[in-house]
Amino acid sequence: MIELISAERCTACNICVNACPTNVFEAVAGGPPRIARQDDCQTCFMCELYCPEDALYVAPIADRRATAEEREPATAALMGSYRSAVGWGRGRTSTASADASYELLGRAH
Amino acid sequence: MGARDFLQHSALSATDGQRRHEADVLVIGGGPAGTWAAVSAAAQGARVVLADKGFCGTSGATAPSGTGLWHVSPEGTARADAKAARFAMGGHLAEHAWMDRVLAQTWDNVERLKEWGYPFPADEEGRLRCNSLQGPEYMRLMRKRVKASGARILDHSPALELLVDEHGTVCGATGVNRQSGETWVVRAGAVVIATGGCAFLSKALGCNVLTGDGQLMAAEVGASLSGMEFSNAYGLGPAFSSVTKSLFYNWATFYDRDGKPVEGAGSSRGRSIIAQTLQTQPVFACIDRADAQVRAWMRTAQPNFFVSFDRQGIDPFTQHFPVTLRLEGTVRGTGGLNLVDDSCATSVPGLYAAGDAATRELICGGFTGGGSHNAAWALSSGFWAGAGAAAFGQDARSAGAHRPALRAGGVALNTRGATPFDSQAVVRAVQDEVFPYERNWFRQGEVLDASLARLDALWAQLRGSAPAASAAEAVRAREAAAMLATARWMYRSALQRTETRGMHRRREHGALDPAQHHRLLSGGLDEVWVQRQAVQNEAAAEVTA
Repeated sequence: MIELISAERCTACNICVNACPTNVFEAVAGGPPRIARQDDCQTCFMCELYCPEDALYVAPIADRRATAEEREPATAALMGSYRSAVGWGRGRTSTASADASYELLGRAH
Repeated sequence: MGARDFLQHSALSATDGQRRHEADVLVIGGGPAGTWAAVSAAAQGARVVLADKGFCGTSGATAPSGTGLWHVSPEGTARADAKAARFAMGGHLAEHAWMDRVLAQTWDNVERLKEWGYPFPADEEGRLRCNSLQGPEYMRLMRKRVKASGARILDHSPALELLVDEHGTVCGATGVNRQSGETWVVRAGAVVIATGGCAFLSKALGCNVLTGDGQLMAAEVGASLSGMEFSNAYGLGPAFSSVTKSLFYNWATFYDRDGKPVEGAGSSRGRSIIAQTLQTQPVFACIDRADAQVRAWMRTAQPNFFVSFDRQGIDPFTQHFPVTLRLEGTVRGTGGLNLVDDSCATSVPGLYAAGDAATRELICGGFTGGGSHNAAWALSSGFWAGAGAAAFGQDARSAGAHRPALRAGGVALNTRGATPFDSQAVVRAVQDEVFPYERNWFRQGEVLDASLARLDALWAQLRGSAPAASAAEAVRAREAAAMLATARWMYRSALQRTETRGMHRRREHGALDPAQHHRLLSGGLDEVWVQRQAVQNEAAAEVTA
């Protein structure tokens, strides 16, 4: 589930408020949005992909909140890692063009 | 004005809805099927509004995933082979003509995706390979195409109920914007239901927006469903994670807690063994049959697969991690709204259905692994439904744009009881009946009977409860009611099919019964009905030969 909004990185653009398909965030005047409905998070990581500042962190745990320990190693190193893997963001190329699924689909059956 | 104020009465007044829109076609749902429907309807010159419960571009099962695509060359025997490959697995219920048209339309639509700039990968010979789509990229592109088509997108705007005229022809919908709380009314000449399947809020990847809302609304105006017994697909994934992407488990070994391989367990044919074993003990997987080349391909094929592992500090190629099966219901099942012609019309005039909201038995029979066929179905059926709705909607609106409209919503909207509707309790009660493997993976007459008795009683209770007290509560109450309705169509159909066919497994009827080579239509809300319908499939013998 969504666990963190970095106050240092967030520019309060509120793109995540709009992009989240389950309406987890809520805009707050003059500051970063807040995680208003964490239990509605479906752990789809889409907010991270749409955040231009890599200010969000979604823990991979679907059914409960992450413990402080599970959140800790996350912060700096892993924020934005998924967006980078997908190749979204300025100066990057979408990795869809490197998708090797056709190699795997041919060998899976 | 909250939802309650306008929901007491059933006639729509000219001042209802804080936001009002007029359109030839209203598309409800903004995943692959909905976006293709919008683009296709707009190409016919229709004025189009697309309303998504979440955000068109991130909503639905496709956006956060990678998905295979049933993209098969017309050359040689490739298509005949592709049709034959899963025909028996689907219980011989697919239809030759529909498979042909989906393969042809998918081929055409992929040409459009290329023109629009989707970056398909090229193989070593430089040929573009188009049998996989990266969800985020694909759906971001589709949102752009919907906008470019001139269609208007309403994000975070769940529909609550359909509107019908005095003849029962569908003429729009009402809903709310769940961020602003404003109510909306779209008067439309035709409506396309593209709200996806129902995965019962199981948190399978991208599936929590998929609660069967469109099926409930359609049933309220008299539409029927088909194949609802084929509704017990479970996605395989790490126990802690939402990522139910199962392709890579073809390279996995499954273990018990002592590190001993579980006999017969596998991702495809051995998944029943996993379901059986999970009833008494945890099951672990390790993707230890992938060599270095396969591992490298996996990283590029599904970046999202590795996010979970990397963040939990697990190496899935060398470490054993616990797995679970999450219910994906009719999302990876094949049951959905019944279609009556090539334009994806339902039996209700003015109402069309596409994607996972519609039955996929026409191309899959009673089994699909999701992805591939469902993705091809979404972009084909969306395309046809959009065109069909455009033709119907433009005619209907030129015949009389301001027909009086009636609100068709029942449960949680137009009810008169005093007991509050506890959405969370309803959701939990439905999940208790549909999640357990011993109820739904393996089905049995008396267990289905017991579930149905409780589900029917719960429905009766909801029909006598108070209407939702606010817009936000109305959305959740309708989701809960849609899940409940879906569970009842599922189990009533499952009870009727006294055999094992496709994904539907009956413990006491373990074999396929050739006498039950038919479809099961279902519908109704206060009284759920099920009836048989013949399969239109003259060419079945040829396919199986």
